[in-house]
Amino acid sequence: MPLFSRLFSRNRRYDDISISIHEHIDERIDELMEEGMPRDEAERTARREFGNVTLLEERSREVWEWPRLESLLVDLKHVCRRLGRSPGFAITVVLTLAIGIGANTAVFSVLNSVLIRSLPYPESQRLVSIYLNALGAPGLAEFRDELRLSASMYLTFAAHNRTFQSVGVWLPRTASITGIAQPEQVNTAMITDGVLQTLGVPATAGQWLNAADQEPHGTQRVMLSYGYWQRRFGGDPGVVGRTIRLDSQPREIAGVMPRGFKVVSYDFDLLVPLAFDPVKQPLAGFAYRGIARLRAGVTISQADADIARLLNVWMDSWTNGPGSDPHFYLTWKITPALQPLKEKVVGSIGKVLWVVMATIGVVMLIACTNVANLLLVRADSRQHELAVRSALGADRWRIVRELLLESVTLGLLGGAVGVGVAYAGLRLLTAIGPENLPRLSEISLDGRSLAFALILSALSGLLFGSIPALHCAPSRQAVPLLGAMRTSSVSRERQRGRNLLVVAQVSMALVLLISAVLLIRTFHAMHNVDPGFSDPVSLQVMRISIPETLVRDPQTITRLQNSIQEKLAAIPGVSSAGFTASVPMSGAEPAWDGVYIEGKNYAGEQPPLRLYNYVSPGYFHTAGTRIVAGREFVWTEIYGLRPVGLVSESLARQLWGSASAAIGKRFREYPSMPWHEVVGVVQDVRENGVDQASPTTVYWPSMMHDIFGPGSFDARRTVYFAIRSNRAGTQAFINEMQLAVWSVNSNLAVASISTMLDIYSQSMARTSFTLVMLAIAGTMALALGVLGIYGVISYAVSQRTREIGIRMALGAKRSELAWMFVRAAMVLTAVGTAVGLGAAAALMRLMRTLLFGISPLDPVTFTLVPLALVAAAALASYLPARRTASVDPVEALRAE
Amino acid sequence: MILQSLRLKPMHGYALAKHIKQVSDDLLRVEEGSLYPALQRMLKEGWLEAETGTSAKGRPTRIYRLTNAGIQHLEREVVSFERMFAGITRVLAAAKA
Repeated sequence: MPLFSRLFSRNRRYDDISISIHEHIDERIDELMEEGMPRDEAERTARREFGNVTLLEERSREVWEWPRLESLLVDLKHVCRRLGRSPGFAITVVLTLAIGIGANTAVFSVLNSVLIRSLPYPESQRLVSIYLNALGAPGLAEFRDELRLSASMYLTFAAHNRTFQSVGVWLPRTASITGIAQPEQVNTAMITDGVLQTLGVPATAGQWLNAADQEPHGTQRVMLSYGYWQRRFGGDPGVVGRTIRLDSQPREIAGVMPRGFKVVSYDFDLLVPLAFDPVKQPLAGFAYRGIARLRAGVTISQADADIARLLNVWMDSWTNGPGSDPHFYLTWKITPALQPLKEKVVGSIGKVLWVVMATIGVVMLIACTNVANLLLVRADSRQHELAVRSALGADRWRIVRELLLESVTLGLLGGAVGVGVAYAGLRLLTAIGPENLPRLSEISLDGRSLAFALILSALSGLLFGSIPALHCAPSRQAVPLLGAMRTSSVSRERQRGRNLLVVAQVSMALVLLISAVLLIRTFHAMHNVDPGFSDPVSLQVMRISIPETLVRDPQTITRLQNSIQEKLAAIPGVSSAGFTASVPMSGAEPAWDGVYIEGKNYAGEQPPLRLYNYVSPGYFHTAGTRIVAGREFVWTEIYGLRPVGLVSESLARQLWGSASAAIGKRFREYPSMPWHEVVGVVQDVRENGVDQASPTTVYWPSMMHDIFGPGSFDARRTVYFAIRSNRAGTQAFINEMQLAVWSVNSNLAVASISTMLDIYSQSMARTSFTLVMLAIAGTMALALGVLGIYGVISYAVSQRTREIGIRMALGAKRSELAWMFVRAAMVLTAVGTAVGLGAAAALMRLMRTLLFGISPLDPVTFTLVPLALVAAAALASYLPARRTASVDPVEALRAE
Repeated sequence: MILQSLRLKPMHGYALAKHIKQVSDDLLRVEEGSLYPALQRMLKEGWLEAETGTSAKGRPTRIYRLTNAGIQHLEREVVSFERMFAGITRVLAAAKA
């Protein structure tokens, strides 16, 4: 029978039973009366013969009941009634738990979305990122932790691999779109054939780019992202087949990718085919990111072996040009280390998330301890009732069950409110979370998070409930003497339970506080590092690309950039402007190669790799990068293609001993290049973030001779303009900048507009995010810990009022009595601090990678934080202890 | 026994108790204490149905009626009971011999 109809029909059954039974008795009475018995005697006899009517009815009813469940329901009803009678207690507990469970659920949701859930591609476990180590390449590690793929590598891998179902390479770029509205810079993902096949997400309209789009001389089509399709074309399905102007070149739209589709973690506007010439490719050009889909059943180590084999094929098949040794790359010791694509996407944020999760988990433990303490106090006050029930025959299990039921109910109530808190918390978290947190847009409260919240609430209920339940349920052997209850002092055993909780709280709070303070000091240390530019608030940055189809000639490009720079510098409030190929910390793809210095015999050896940048005159002055020796470029050097260069201080010291010694020395990139003279040395710049060492850097003029011999030269097409102004970042200023650019050429799009401060904070986002989370957790832990101490001492004071009264009557001084309580609290705090220091020392070693410029066992932190905690604990215990002073001995003793 | 009695005709509780007492010549007496819980168990198993009716004296009561499932169960029970009974008889006879 279905459950519900059974529940509803039950009342009818109960009526049936009672009607039947009453009729039975009535009939018997009638019969006895017919036999001549008087009515009242007949009634008595009939009832006597029948037995206990109520009991029988109950027994008959039980047939229809689930006795265990029903008694649980009755208990539950009792619990609710009892909680309703002390709303203050219930609300305190539920709110404490709601915050704890909410915070945990929110962080778990992030963890789940970022680390646990699989990537949004079909069969994503077979996707790998092609990661190459080049441990033998000198200097590469300074600015790259991996060697990217070259076009020739891709062509080799695609043609000869035995382990991939598909393989492709891609790189992020920008391009300008003209002809729709204002000229616009868009983010493009340049992809080869194989990238879409590897990711395996079908187009939402139209079709994928295909092999025909890879023809170097063919008509290469493009694909739109869902977002760009909506933004520029209003989601018009007729857009497929239409033509847009990409870098002034007409391109047909092949199709649209669905909402949320990204290339690995890159959110692009347009997919543009990379059309490699399949014959003429050098070995070099290590710029592309490789992804592949493994064939079913192929392991990563098999694929590694396959790539290792193909690297030899690669060196045998291609060349960097006549006279070069293709097997030179053997010295680089290139080894494949493919990794699951998910690892690549998640990156180093995993560690941060686990730390935050652990921290929030500890806060939850502290909250549970606090609640357990409250419940202990409450159970103490119910001791009398429980003892009576026990004496009347209630079994121990039944009482334990009821206490546990109460705590689990509280836990679940807290969990229900907590889910609301988690929802709000997630919004907050995605708002304050680092913008470069991978998969930020995928974060949501899904079934797994809700299950987590449910399990967490039930478990925490059991956890904080079991302590009082096991402590307070009276055993049958030791039913407390009811009379003695009021007068005896608190049993030592129960006091010990509370003390243990306090020690645990103090030690956990200490661990959290130490980690929070260490991160604050890390943050401080990072801020104190000279990043290689000054006053980032007033430094405006924007990027402009000049497509080849708009301007061919390098000389014209430079003139264009020069006049943009002058127009920008002429805006009111601007003190100077300059441009560079790459601003620090922007994550732009670095250029690099080795440099040879004049007068040194390399004997066939390769010089170490250096970071390359290209700058205009006035860039360093604008950015506030100190010139250590010499000077910046001047325009006559740029236009005159003079062989000059700048080097970073560390490079100058490495090559020539000191900055001043470097001036006038000469170097070059390759043998046919004229020797370039060092005209200036600039301070080291933290290109990859303040916590990363500054790479040794060579700065070339923005326009210079290139490798194709005398008379051939090139200029940077994509440059970042830096503008120094105290109006930086305001919308009015940005508009004026746009107008200044368009007054030079109205087809130019301005992109990546931000202040240097944004870029700077972005590079520290991981640390500041961890810091905020730890600071919140640490503060909560401190508050809860102090509250716990306060609660325990104040309860002890109220329990021992009588004892205090006696002591006072016998002549104890008030201050001595207060000190007695503070001393007790101090002992607990000291034990907790000792335990916490040990735990913190062990844990901080794990956090080492998150720290910067500070030892994980920083003595200042490890001294000051415990002192502060002890002081807080002293205050928290002194406040209730002071109340002993107000105890009137007469009152205290009369209370008995 | 209850099922067998109800097979003859649907009855209410009191009549059932009296019927069993009479038929067995007072040898067997169904205690009220077990009669009603037993009836409820049989209802739950689906062997009986209860319907509203009136007693011999015209008071409202519940009449219990055997269902098809009840009849089948009864027959199975009777067979196994007879088998057991036959077994007991044989053992007793053997003991006498």
